[in-house]
Amino acid sequence: MNAAPQEAPPERERVLDVRGLTIGWGDRVLHHDLTFHVDRGEVFAILGRSGSGKSTLLRFLIGLERPIAGDVDIAGQGPVDLTTGLPPFGVMFQAGALFGSMTVGENVELPLAEWTDLPPKAAAAIARTKLALVGLEGAFETLPSELSGGMVRRAALARALALDPELLFLDEPSAGLDPITAKEIDDLIRTLNESLGLTCIVVTHELESIFAIADRCIVLDDRGGGIVAEGDPRALRESTDPRVREFFTRGGRG
Amino acid sequence: MRLSGTFRTTDAARAWDELHAAFAGAGPGELALDLSGVERIDGGVIALIVAARDELAALGVNARIVSTPEHVRPLFELYGGLEEASVRAPRPALGPIEAIGDVAVRWAAATRVAVIFLAEVASAFVSLLRRPRSAHLKEVPWLVQRAGFDALPIVSLISFLVGFVMGYQSARQLERFGANVYVADLVGISITRELAPLMTAIIVAGRSGAAFAAEISTMKVSDEVDALRVMGLRPIAWLVVPRLLALVLVLPILVLVSDVIGIAGGLVVAVMSLDVSASAYLLETRRGLVPWDVGQGLVKSVPFGLAIALIACQQGFAASGGAESVGRRTTTTVVTCLFALVLLDAAFTFTFRMLGL
Repeated sequence: MNAAPQEAPPERERVLDVRGLTIGWGDRVLHHDLTFHVDRGEVFAILGRSGSGKSTLLRFLIGLERPIAGDVDIAGQGPVDLTTGLPPFGVMFQAGALFGSMTVGENVELPLAEWTDLPPKAAAAIARTKLALVGLEGAFETLPSELSGGMVRRAALARALALDPELLFLDEPSAGLDPITAKEIDDLIRTLNESLGLTCIVVTHELESIFAIADRCIVLDDRGGGIVAEGDPRALRESTDPRVREFFTRGGRG
Repeated sequence: MRLSGTFRTTDAARAWDELHAAFAGAGPGELALDLSGVERIDGGVIALIVAARDELAALGVNARIVSTPEHVRPLFELYGGLEEASVRAPRPALGPIEAIGDVAVRWAAATRVAVIFLAEVASAFVSLLRRPRSAHLKEVPWLVQRAGFDALPIVSLISFLVGFVMGYQSARQLERFGANVYVADLVGISITRELAPLMTAIIVAGRSGAAFAAEISTMKVSDEVDALRVMGLRPIAWLVVPRLLALVLVLPILVLVSDVIGIAGGLVVAVMSLDVSASAYLLETRRGLVPWDVGQGLVKSVPFGLAIALIACQQGFAASGGAESVGRRTTTTVVTCLFALVLLDAAFTFTFRMLGL
C-alpha cells in the first residue's frame, strides 16, 4: 500500500505554497519563518510533539487565523480569505465539529445546499454517496451525538468531501481511536488519495499513520524552532538530528 | 520524627492535622523525617509529606526525608520527594489601585470586542441584501416558534398575575375615593406602557437569550463555528441574523398578548372585589387608553428584542475553552440583558416624555 519513496519532481504543481510564514498572536510568536510546499496528489504530514503548534499551524494554513508575516498560497489563488466565498479545500476538524443540531445527512448536505443550486433530493443523493464512500451508509438520519468516535471522524470526512475539494486538511484524523479503527481511517485517507487524486495535508503525531499514509512530511520543533526536518518519513527515521530521530523512534510521546 | 505503619489518603486528614500541630511555632532548625518504619503508603500521603516538607522549608526548617524504604522509593521519586525542598513565593495580591486598573483594562477590551461584533453584524446585514441565502433564514420559523410560541404560556401567566396584582393593590386606594372604575385606567396604562414590554422582554431574555448564548458558545467551543467559517459561511450572518430577526418579530407579538391578558387580570379583580361590571371595565379601558399607550410598548419591544439577541449572540461568540465558559457566558447574558433592558426602558420613557408623546 505504501508508495515507493520518491522525491517530487520539481515540475509538479504546487497545491500549497507557504513562504516565510510567522505564526502566533501579537507579541507571542509560535513559529518563525516557516517555508514549505505541498504538491498535487501528495499525502503530506505535519508532525510534531504535543504542544509543538501543529494544529495551530493548520489554523493559519486554512485562514482561521491571520499570520504575523508571510504568505499561504493555496492552489495558486493567493492567501486564503474565508469571508469572500467557498475556500478551495475541505477541512476535517480534530473532534469532527459536526453540527450537533443536525443529522449526519444534513451535516453533509449543508455545504451542497449553501454553495449549489441543487434541488434537495439531488443534494441528499450526493450526501448519501459521500457517506457510503466513508462507510457510513446507514447513518443519514443519525444525530452526531449517537455516533462513536470513529464514526464521527468518518462523518466529518464525508462533510469535508461534500463539494469534492481537491485539497483536504485533516487535524489528527486517527488520534484517540483504537488501533483497528485508526488503521481503517488511515486506509480510507490513502484510498481517497489514490482513487480521487485528493491532496491531503494531515496533522498527526501517530507514527503508525505517518508511515502508512504520508508521502512527505515536516517535523515542527516543540520549542518554537520552526521546521526541524522535511522529507520522506521513512528516510527521516535515519536522520542525524537527535530531535528528529527521537520523534521517529519514540513516537513523539514526550 | 519517625513515621511507621500503613498510610492511606482516606485516613490522612488526622495525620495531616497532627503533623501541623507538631510543626506549630517551629523555628529555624533541622528535622529528619524518618520513613524506615513505613509498611504501605499511597501517593496522596506522599504528596502530603512532600508538601509538609516544603511548608517547613518556608518556615526556615531544613527538613529532610531519610531512610526511605526500597519499596516506596519509586513512588517518592515520582512525587518529587527526593529533590531539594522548594520554597514557592506566594503570588502577590493585587493592590486596590491595580485591581481598579485591571478591571478598567478588561472593560476596555470587552467594549472593543462588542463594538467589533456590532460592526460585523451590520456588515452581515449588508451582505444579506446581496445574497439572502447567506443568513440561513430557513432557521427563522423554527426560532420564532421556540422563542415566541413556546413562550406564550409563561408570558400569559405572568401578565395575568401582574395585571391582577396591580388591580388588587390599587383597589383599596380607589375604593376610598369611590373611584372604583378607574382601576381600568390604572391597570391598562401601566400594563401597556411599561409592564407588558418589560416583563415580556425579561422572560424572553431568560428563555431565549440564555438558550442562544448556550447554543452559540457550545458551537464555538466545539469548533462548529470554525467549521462554518471554513465552509465559506459567515458565522455571524448564519447564526446571529436569524436569531435577531426572530426576536424582533416575536417580541411585539408577545407584548400584544401580554397587554390583553394583563388587562384581563385587572378585569378579574375589578369584577371580583370592586363591584365593577366587566362591560364598565372594558368601556373605561377603551376610554382611558389611547392607541399610543399600546404603541409605545410595541415600539420599545423592538429595541428590547434587538438588545437581547445581540447580547446573547455576542456572549456566545466570546466563549472559549470548555464547558465552564459556556456556563459563564450564559449567566453573563442574562445579567447583562436585565441591566440593558431596564436601562433602555428608562431611556425610552424619558425620551417619550421629552418629545411630549
